[in-house]
Amino acid sequence: MSFREEHELHKRRFGRNLGLGLVLIVFVSLVFGLTIVKVSQNPIQLPAQGGTE
Amino acid sequence: MTDASIQTQTEPGEAQFGDFVALLKPRVMSLVVFTAAVGLLAAPGGVHPFLAFFAVLCIAIGGGASGALNMWYDADIDRIMKRTKGRPIPSGRVTPQDALAIGLTLSGFSVVMLGLASNWVAAGLLAFTIFFYAVIYTMWLKRWTPQNIVIGGAAGAFPPMIGWAVVTGGVSLESVLMFALTFMWTPPHFWALALFMKSDYEEAGVPMLTVTHGRRTTRRHVLAYTILLAPVAIGLGFTSIGGPIYLSAAVIMNALFLKGAWDILRRDEDAAEADKYKVEKRFFAFSLLYLFLHFGAILAEAALRPWGLGGW
Repeated sequence: MSFREEHELHKRRFGRNLGLGLVLIVFVSLVFGLTIVKVSQNPIQLPAQGGTE
Repeated sequence: MTDASIQTQTEPGEAQFGDFVALLKPRVMSLVVFTAAVGLLAAPGGVHPFLAFFAVLCIAIGGGASGALNMWYDADIDRIMKRTKGRPIPSGRVTPQDALAIGLTLSGFSVVMLGLASNWVAAGLLAFTIFFYAVIYTMWLKRWTPQNIVIGGAAGAFPPMIGWAVVTGGVSLESVLMFALTFMWTPPHFWALALFMKSDYEEAGVPMLTVTHGRRTTRRHVLAYTILLAPVAIGLGFTSIGGPIYLSAAVIMNALFLKGAWDILRRDEDAAEADKYKVEKRFFAFSLLYLFLHFGAILAEAALRPWGLGGW
């Protein structure tokens, strides 16, 4: 049993796909970081339980 | 989906990741990053370091996106000019459609993300900068008037103003003067380049001042704009972001820049041809140092302020 040989197209586009993958990982990390900073700067105000209204 | 539906023919010029990066004009981006960061760090108040990093990244990507739109629209003249014919579109590595898609997508992304991370004044300024560079400069002014780079230079001058707006949420005298510094610096910088890259613009039919009004007039314009630049650069030293370090640097740099512009004016074409435009090339190289040191001095004033050393 052997793995199917990699198509030439995949070899040719490896750099491009790797670059795009890294860009997406960095983008997700940045949005995650942005969310953490924003939330810690402006804590979400939850309505008080059993408050007088 | 079978392999038959995928394009599998070998294309020697197929785009690699680096070609898409080249679309964003990384060298221009480095200037954008530097001036935007200085505008942000010199502004009164402050933002979280992560938000500052994120904002500068958005400004850089917005600048890069406008570069991609510029390359998409200018592909026809880029094919003619020696300096630009190796760019991703004229060399056939990236299709114009891909460049347009990347430019539009990154423009939208950078503006929206900057708005979410900081404020909508900064995001609006970034959107206007992209519009100004891609539409006002690239599509309209560049091929129409020899004053193209004077007005088009505004696009490159906005980043410190955007950086300032990220922190303050507005515009002030200091940020307008930082804008004016780069704006007034652009004409002598580019016209010096046009003096020693003359054949490129002529062949592409771009109405550069050297082509439409002659090289003598261009030399006079270099000096005129260098004279107009000096009070802006020195005046910035008397605002809240200036100080002794900035003012000393500005006085010295402007004296040297004026001397260089005067040397350019005094030369005729025979003298310039004889030494292969040595003076013009030196002036062009010095112009890069000029801008770097001005913004570097603003940064130094801001960095020393917490210790009571920077500023007035």
